[in-house]
Formats: sequence, structure tokens, C-alpha cells
Amino acid sequence: MRLAASSDMVIAAILIVAMVVIGLINPAFWSLDNLFSLLKSNVVIGIMALAVLLVMLSGGIDVSFTAFAVAGMYLTVRTMVDIGYDGVVLPLLAATGIGAALGLVNALIVHKLRMIPLIVTLGTGAVVRGLVLGLVGTSIVNINKMPRELIAFGRSDILTMTNAGGTTFGLTAMLPIYLGLALVLHLVLTRTLIGRSVYAYGASPEAAKRVGFPIGRTLVFVYVTAGALAGLAGILQSAMIWQANPRDFLGWELDVIAAVVLGGASIFGGRGTVLGTVLGVFILVMIKNSLILMGIETTWQRVVVGGMLIAATALTALRDRKALV
Amino acid sequence: MTTETTPAKPAPQKTETKRNWFDTNLQLAVVCVLIFVVMALLNPRFLTPYNFQSMGFFAPELGILAIAMMIAMLTGGIDLSVVAIANLAGIAAGLWFQKAGTGGIGMVVGGVAIALIAGTLAGLFNGLVIAKLRVTPILATLGSGQVFTGLAVVLTGGPAIVGFPQAWNAIGNAKLAGVPVPLVIFAVICVATWALLARTPFGLNLMLIGTNPKAAVFAGLRRSRMILYSYAFTGFLAAIAGILLSARTNAAKSDYGASYLLQAVLIAVLGGTNPAGGKGSVLGVALALISLVLLSSGFQMMRVSLHMIDFIWGAFLILVIALNAWRNRKSEG
Repeated sequence: MRLAASSDMVIAAILIVAMVVIGLINPAFWSLDNLFSLLKSNVVIGIMALAVLLVMLSGGIDVSFTAFAVAGMYLTVRTMVDIGYDGVVLPLLAATGIGAALGLVNALIVHKLRMIPLIVTLGTGAVVRGLVLGLVGTSIVNINKMPRELIAFGRSDILTMTNAGGTTFGLTAMLPIYLGLALVLHLVLTRTLIGRSVYAYGASPEAAKRVGFPIGRTLVFVYVTAGALAGLAGILQSAMIWQANPRDFLGWELDVIAAVVLGGASIFGGRGTVLGTVLGVFILVMIKNSLILMGIETTWQRVVVGGMLIAATALTALRDRKALV
Repeated sequence: MTTETTPAKPAPQKTETKRNWFDTNLQLAVVCVLIFVVMALLNPRFLTPYNFQSMGFFAPELGILAIAMMIAMLTGGIDLSVVAIANLAGIAAGLWFQKAGTGGIGMVVGGVAIALIAGTLAGLFNGLVIAKLRVTPILATLGSGQVFTGLAVVLTGGPAIVGFPQAWNAIGNAKLAGVPVPLVIFAVICVATWALLARTPFGLNLMLIGTNPKAAVFAGLRRSRMILYSYAFTGFLAAIAGILLSARTNAAKSDYGASYLLQAVLIAVLGGTNPAGGKGSVLGVALALISLVLLSSGFQMMRVSLHMIDFIWGAFLILVIALNAWRNRKSEG
């Protein structure tokens, strides 16, 4: 536990250094306006990162979550448009449920067929995306058709302020949802038996089995929760950008996985914390969004993210090697 | 250590793997023929020479990527950057033609050399990160794939590079005695890779490392060097796929062939490659490629949407996983 805490401290230190450097290059970084919009960009990718963290803690890797997010979002919004329903709570529940059901499929395949999660989720991701695009449709539900209440929910703020220029800006109300989910997941992972079983299984499946943890239940918990989080992230995204695009989230896998790895989670399972992941997400989003502020062309974005992923994994590999000695 | 029982053990084990190999490939061959017959019955146009020729032009690039994926899987790794490397290699050659001009066969040879060098260097980079920095192959190649794609974006500024010389396009579009050139190249690569894996110490070492990494180290195999070489070879193969892709389409772009990644993994796994390492055959991959290409070409003729074909690929992958699991359980029990 102390090891994990010190690891989180290192990540926090990196974050602060990065913030200071970016702020020195361009003081506009510190404007509340910029910080609020950064926090807003954290929400969807952050919720997805919680899902990926959970799978990674169990020793797997998930690349199907973007497809599940699309399914949760697009099926829900299209149904709402078709039957003329408007609202907030039911759609959120529906998208979460769709994600959870799809996650159950992952869990069953990983558990029953004992196949590497990466390959399973490559397959299920392609299946779900193919079905959504092939059977449901490829057209974007744009702002004219989007359910009003969902949009209103997505644009609501918990705090509004006025610029010197007179324009108003706010802190999105989605942020407490994200942080609340993070807190709940943190408590579940550290305080409950099922949470501890995820760490145990990730660190050593065989040992966890022999100690008597119900492995099947652990894997179902991991993948169903991950799927549910992905579905919820999907519908929140559509509420926040006021459209439902079935081709959304293409290529997000890397950003999210990079953020989780940046946050100190080990791909071999058993190591990683919610706090680290939240910090990792913030670092990734901040650096990506600040490239323009720092005067770096956006064409370099992918090189930077890929480089960060390699550097972060190399560092954690070094750390893990030391820890083992 | 019970020394008296060990001498007897290797012999049956060997015939066991041999039989397993035979079983897998026989099964694949049967699936292949089955798909062929069903598609021929469903589509009257399926059996036309034109259809087979067009498959012969576009299947090889995918097949080469699948063989590259299999090489990475032999040591228990995976290479998620193959498509990025292929695109980067094509772009490197395209930039060379823009700078050096397109005239003369020498220019084309130079372009091929540059593409192959770019791919091998990219593969070496993967190998270094995986073998020396000990980063897991999944994350290393996920990250390096982004770096390579990012470099491709930076180099091209976004749009596709066009204007390859005619001799370059011939690599992807010409026919040699009626056989598409890409198919000839693919056949050569299959034979060469098979020979490399089955007839050289390098191939044997790779298989042993994948079967039991610890034992391989204790047996004195230079694990990290072998892994380095295997990823360099993977990058080299990906570059060849990149050459074929850019030659066939007369263009090179940072985001071509995005769907090839899943398909390459699928073909490798379907071809009997064990993603955990130690098992894989070129013949299996080739048979898997043929079955899937027949399948998707047949579905395309029936005007099934491309998205549904993606779905079919994914479903096929899961089905194969299920079948393998079932077979393994049977042989265990």
C-alpha cells in the first residue's frame, strides 16, 4: 500500500512540474477558462480510464470499450429519437446497462475459454462496432434531433463565471459524476472483498484461486463494471458534444490505455490505483490540449502520446524490475 | 530431477506436436474448401478468373502482415504497429521519389531499399524497447504504432503521397505469366519464412523461447537478441506489405489499412498460431488467409455491407478462440 502511495506521489509530482513548465511557456494555461475546459475534457476519457484500469488490475487489457461506448450511446439515442422519448435518468441507465451486458460477454469468453483478453476484446469490439454500423445505421444524430433534455443535462454547469471580456464560462456538472464514480471505485477496490480479489487475481491467478477467491465472479465483476462504465461514458459524450456519432471514439483506445499506464498501473495486473489513474488522465489530457498553447503543431500529437506511452511503460517496467529484486 | 524418465519423453511429444500441426492444417484446408464450395454455389460470378485475379492482388499484403504478426507471436509477443510500419515504409519511399525523381529503374530499386530500411529500423526500435527496456509487447507496439503513424502524419502533413513511378506501380498491379506479381512475392515470402523457421537455428530458437522462456534462458539462448531480431524481421515484412499497398493503390497515407490490424491478428490466430508463443506455421497462416479472403469476397458479391463483414471477421475470431479452447480441453482431459 505504501508502495502504491509513493507511486501516486511521483505521478502527482510529474503533473505539477508539467503544469509549471506549460504555465511558464504560456501563462494563458493558468486562466480559469482554460482549466475548466481541461477538466471538462477529462470526464469521458476519465470514466473510460476507470474501466481500463479495472481490466488492467485483473491482468488483462481491453480494447473493446470504445465499441461498447458507441453501442451504449448510439442505441440509446437512436431509440429515444425513434420513440420520441426525452429524459436523462433512463437513457443513462440504458446506456450503462447495454455496456454491462456486453461486458458480460467479454467476461464469459475470457473466463470460459481462457483466451488472452486482448484478442477476445479485439474480436468483441469488431463484432459490436460492425453490428451497430451495419444493422443500426451510420448516420449521425445531430443537434437538431438530439433529445433536448439530454443536451441540457450535458451542458449544465455547477459553477459559472464571467470573463473580463464579458463571456461566461462554467465548470461542467459532469465532473462530479466522474469524480464520484472514481471515489466509489476506489472504495470498492480497497475496502471490499470483491475489490481485493481483483488485485489478487491480477497479481497471481493461480494463487488467488488456491486462496479460495471465486475467480469467475471476479472476472464477471471486472468486465461487467468496465462495460457499464464504457456505456455511461458513451452517453455522456453524446450529451456533452450534442450529437451521437456511431463512428465516435475511433482510436481512443490508445489515449485511454496510455493514461492508465501513465497513472502507474501495471499491465501484468495487480498494481495500480484509482488516484494514479485520475492523475494520469489529467496529465495526458493536459499535455495533448496544451501542445497548441506551447506552440507545437498538432500534427505532432500522436508522436507525443505514443512517446509518452512508451516512456511511461519503460519506467514502470524498470520500477517493477527493481521491486522484484 | 528424475533423469531416467527424461530420455523417453521427447519422442512422443514430438509426434504429438507434429500430429497437432497436421490436424490444424487439415482442418483449415477442409474449412477452405467448404467456404469455396458454398461461395461458388451462392454466387454465379464467384468462379470467374477475374474474381480470383482481384483476390490475388489484394490478399498478399494482408497475408504478409499476418505472417509478420505470427513471427511476433512466436515469442509470446504481438506487434500492433505492423500497419503503421507498412504505411511509414510506403511514405518513406514516396518522399524519396518526390525528392529524387521518378525516372529509371534505379530509382525504384532505391525506393524499395528505403522502404525496407525504414520498416526494419522501425522493427528494430520495437525490438529494442521490448527486449532491452522490457516493455510488454502490447504496450510497446501500441505506443510505437502511434509514434510511427504520427511520424507519417508529420512527414506528409496529412494528405496522401501520390505520383509513384510506373515501375513501382507494376509491383502491385502487373502480372507475371498471368499470375499477379503480389501473389508471386507472397509465395516467395511464405517459402523463405518457412525455411527460416523450420531449417535455421534462428527459427528453432524463436520456437523454444516461445515455448518456455525460462528454460530457453537456462539453455543458454540469447533471448533478448533473438527477440530483437524477430521484431526487426516483423518490421521488414510489414515494409514489404507497405510496398505492395502503395504500389497497388499508387498512394501512401498515414491511415491506410486500419482494418488490417484486426484481420492480421485473426488470420495468425486462425492459422494455428498460439498468441502465448511457441506455436505457428506459415502453411496454417496461408490457409487461414485463403479461407478468409474467399469468405469476404463472397460476401462482398452478395452485397453484404462492409460493416457486416467487419462483424463477420470479429465473430470468426471469437469462434476460432472457442474452437481452440474446446480442442485443448479435449486433448488435456
